[in-house]
Amino acid sequence: MKRRNLMKAAALAATLGMTAGAALAQEAEKKIIGVSIPSATHGFMGGLNWHAQDTIARLGKAYPNLEFVLATAGDAAKQVNDIEDMMATRNIDGLVVLPFESEPLTAPVKAVKEAGKFVTVVDRGLSEEGIEDLYVAGDNTAFGRVAGEYFKANLKPGSKIVVLRGIPTTLDNERVDAFQKALEGSDVEILDMQHGNWNRDDAFTVMQDYLSKYPQIDAVWAADDDMAIGVMEAIAAANRTDEMWVIGGAGMKEIVKRIMDGDKQLPVNVTYPPALISSAIEMTALRFVSNAPMTGRFIIGSQLITPENAEQFYYPDSPF
Amino acid sequence: MKRPDLHTLGPIVALIALVVLGALLNPSFLAPANITNVLARSAFIGMIAVGMTFVITAGGLDLSVGSMAAFLAGVTIMAMNAIAPALGIHWGTILIGMGVALLGGLIAGYLNGALVTKARIEPFIVTLGTMGIFRSLVTWLADGGTLSLASGLRTLYRPVYYGGIGWITWPIITFAIVAILGEWLMRQSRFGRHVEAIGSNERVARYSAIDVNRVKLMTYVLLGLLVGLAVVLYVPRLGSASGSTGVLWELEAIAAVIIGGTALKGGTGRVWGTVVGVLILSLIDNILNLADLVSPYLNGAIQGVIIVLAVVLQREKSTADER
Repeated sequence: MKRRNLMKAAALAATLGMTAGAALAQEAEKKIIGVSIPSATHGFMGGLNWHAQDTIARLGKAYPNLEFVLATAGDAAKQVNDIEDMMATRNIDGLVVLPFESEPLTAPVKAVKEAGKFVTVVDRGLSEEGIEDLYVAGDNTAFGRVAGEYFKANLKPGSKIVVLRGIPTTLDNERVDAFQKALEGSDVEILDMQHGNWNRDDAFTVMQDYLSKYPQIDAVWAADDDMAIGVMEAIAAANRTDEMWVIGGAGMKEIVKRIMDGDKQLPVNVTYPPALISSAIEMTALRFVSNAPMTGRFIIGSQLITPENAEQFYYPDSPF
Repeated sequence: MKRPDLHTLGPIVALIALVVLGALLNPSFLAPANITNVLARSAFIGMIAVGMTFVITAGGLDLSVGSMAAFLAGVTIMAMNAIAPALGIHWGTILIGMGVALLGGLIAGYLNGALVTKARIEPFIVTLGTMGIFRSLVTWLADGGTLSLASGLRTLYRPVYYGGIGWITWPIITFAIVAILGEWLMRQSRFGRHVEAIGSNERVARYSAIDVNRVKLMTYVLLGLLVGLAVVLYVPRLGSASGSTGVLWELEAIAAVIIGGTALKGGTGRVWGTVVGVLILSLIDNILNLADLVSPYLNGAIQGVIIVLAVVLQREKSTADER
């Protein structure tokens, strides 16, 4: 039950602030870091929220002179308000932001930068280059490429596969383009690509229709672990479990567990870790507590999770 | 009796046209497996839409049903997981879970209805509020992630969605029973007549000694109960619930009701039309997936066009009548 972590973190920060108040006076001056992320509306964001809270609680303990303000937003407009509030009422020294959408967030984040604050942008870039001091992101191209390479290496020529796409976005396009590119030159045919919207129910429906439509499917690129779960359920209902394997993505704990256990239907997975928010917060914190240079771009590679290395990607406490 | 006109037959014509189109585009469209899939996945929205028909006919509206379904699914899963260690993994546990879903639906529906009738708040506002409340509650319960049913229970519960009599699975059977009872309730019962009377003119209904508030409250309770029933059949499908469960179900249910010929302003309800409306919506999705007609980016546009067309087909006649 980690959902009260936010409150705990706040309480912790408050008590630390009080008890350590005297000590702090002679230590380095207090720095406030604002963290603005989308709210937990689907599995991946849920994991990201959990990792953000977890990291903030840990860093708050490790560096008493750092204080964190966490805000989650359900849409871009709310996120803009959050950031303005952080500037106006909390006087933040640094901002870690995962933009809900690139366009609407560009100007507000630019304003933060112009006020002389340290800005870290996570995962979704802003529409104008050169605003952020630090950019931390997953690698969508590698996400598609690593999966595509696995398909190419492990399918016989003449194999047929189906693909489930996410919500129509540039991010999804990058992944799918890289996937198709990686498959080029192989004799593997992509039968169909429909949108499952990173949603279990939608993926279930789309997969049921794929199964009605195509008598031969050798493998499925579900491209997301939530979708993979819906897909596997549809395959099981059609009694075709032995015919095809499924590759999801992002490293959901239930899926990683099944890979660890050597499930034949789920041979591997490709990471796109929600914990990338932790990297961003940690690096921003280091900017204020150390002399280590923390500017630039930090791209987190997408790795292949196999039964051999699955253990190091397994976080049983995370909701994702 | 005058001959049946396009006004009432519009939705059926659209449905038949879609079936013919589907069969022409892909031979596997009429395969029993595909028919089972389409009917079974229509069942959730279908049962909710039958309840929604009563609410809308009485002049109300309920935007909270999708969130309510997600919330009830979450609570049901948590309840079953919690009592499983004590009771063990057998049907008793699952029956209690089903009871939680139905009772929860009843209470949630009563809450909506009471706020509308007793606190006299516009149904749009009440259910917009409860929509947000239920959605947040399930996200909170799931800690932002997904609530999953313990795997033993899941295996036991699974046949409730996938099993049945031959290819006619339990969701299809339940949906059919709900539709028949709903049609009877609307056409033959005093409750149905009162619902229509209130929807066409609330004041006249009140003067005719109809307990308006009670009947309105009952429509929301009925809808809540049917949402609970949909959850009973939804949970065994994927065995999980999250913040993204049941998103936009309310709009699909309302669309199905309107496609079926029920007036959004209330007064005339047609349960069989709602059933046809639900089938039309599911078929569009199914056909778009089966045939590569258009870019998947345009699926939503095709759906929109067909929804509007289905309604235009039946409204043309009635506006002509009024002139």
